[in-house]
Amino acid sequence: MRDGGMATPSVVRFESVGLRYGQGPEILQDISFALAPASFHFLTGPSGAGKSSLLSLMYLAQRPSRGLVTLFGRDVSSARRSALPAIRRRLGVVFQEFRLLDHLSILDNVALPLRVAGVSEEDIKKHVPELLTWVGLANYLHSKPPTLSGGQKQRVAIARAVINRPELLLADEPTGNVDDRIAMRLLHLFVELNKLGTTVVIATHNDRLVNRFAFPRMHLEMGHLHFLDPVRKATPLDEI
Amino acid sequence: MFTQRTDLPFGNDSNSRFLPWMVAVMVFLATIAMSGALALEVILDRWNHDVTGTMTIQIMPATGEAAEANRETQHRVDAAVKVLLTTPGVASARPLDLAQIGKLLEPWLGSTELLADLPVPRLIDVTLHDGVMLDLPSLEARLSAAAPEASVEDHQVWLSKLVRLGHGLEILAILMVGMVAVATAATVIYATRTGLAIHRSVIEVLHMIGAQDDYIARQFAHSSLMLGLRGGTIGLGLALPALMTISWLAGRTEGGLIPELALRPIHWLMLACLPLAVAYLAMVAARLTVHRALIRMT
Repeated sequence: MRDGGMATPSVVRFESVGLRYGQGPEILQDISFALAPASFHFLTGPSGAGKSSLLSLMYLAQRPSRGLVTLFGRDVSSARRSALPAIRRRLGVVFQEFRLLDHLSILDNVALPLRVAGVSEEDIKKHVPELLTWVGLANYLHSKPPTLSGGQKQRVAIARAVINRPELLLADEPTGNVDDRIAMRLLHLFVELNKLGTTVVIATHNDRLVNRFAFPRMHLEMGHLHFLDPVRKATPLDEI
Repeated sequence: MFTQRTDLPFGNDSNSRFLPWMVAVMVFLATIAMSGALALEVILDRWNHDVTGTMTIQIMPATGEAAEANRETQHRVDAAVKVLLTTPGVASARPLDLAQIGKLLEPWLGSTELLADLPVPRLIDVTLHDGVMLDLPSLEARLSAAAPEASVEDHQVWLSKLVRLGHGLEILAILMVGMVAVATAATVIYATRTGLAIHRSVIEVLHMIGAQDDYIARQFAHSSLMLGLRGGTIGLGLALPALMTISWLAGRTEGGLIPELALRPIHWLMLACLPLAVAYLAMVAARLTVHRALIRMT
């Protein structure tokens, strides 16, 4: 099992995890790995390899068919439902299909994780516009998601995922709908968060992006996970 | 800046349009049933108060030539009053004069002018001391000796039948209020389940970002409370004019057959609280439904 060589407890640990939907074949087979705190990984693999399924196990959208999943040192494979919200608040998730709430303004969408966590309205009013300005959406604070382009929605989804400074950030194709310039800018945001201690996993099949950063890759192929070394040795900030 | 206080788009779903009208119908029915129960309580109290400790003695008129018969009838009345006043427990015995008897018969006979020539039975209104129970067969025997064919009308006998009927109707009305409450809760449960299905994707997102079940349940409960209040107010608004119309129609009936709808201030307050009670019921039902349903969701 790959552990990143850290002595500190893993943020994410999978032990012999398998996942199947209903009576179908196993989408993920014998997945075992551990992610150290403040690590940065790309999750790569062809379409249909199970990247989204692996991420969904990490953000607790489903439970494994077998094996053990541990988040922040806590077994979540068999954790009680009531224990999950507290764990989920330590996560930030960028969904592939964004999953923004169309009836809420951009401000309220991004404020959602803070409201759920009981953060004061005063703090919300201070931090949310700041972050939205940073991702280039200062002029869209009161717009509703259906009026935004795909790239703008993606930035809102990312802002929502990072607004509460998560300990683990999981992003499913976060740069799929933006041009290279915006993609680099968003990656920069993830790297900044990573430098502040957030563990980051980014699922992507954008090889150009992966090749420009010196981060290790978790590669899924036929339901099996392989750890690959960075494509190049450059530090990511050199590229931005 | 942050105007949206609910994360779920309740305003856009069909429940927001359908639930208030369902609640309005329920509150309308509950108001009518409850006001019926309360009015019956008032009427039964009044009847009880009016006739408890009283009885009526009926003296049959003597036959023969009119003047002679009237004298004989009056003699029988006086003899019966004397018997009554010497009976322990009787507080007063007041014979009704012909004018008063005429007034009682007026709705049926139309004119009282004929009374002087008709052999009309005489009535003696008897009041008893508080809590006194008379030996009625013995009293009837003594009265018959003094005035042939005298009969005792103990109000308790017919009143108890009437009171039993009244209590039966009262229980029926209360049952109706109970059934309306059950139907309201069932409607809210159904509407809430529909709402959960409609907003499933939003609920999943809320769960994913760490919302607890109660965070979501509170939003459903608040929505149901507001819809319940709106529907309850409409229902009460429709029921009050209906009640006033019934009361007005009852007041117009002749002979006092149907008592007026005379509710006490506390009863009006209870009716006014019905929409609040129904809205509260809707809120609790929604909250419990969401909690139960979310346990089955991921």
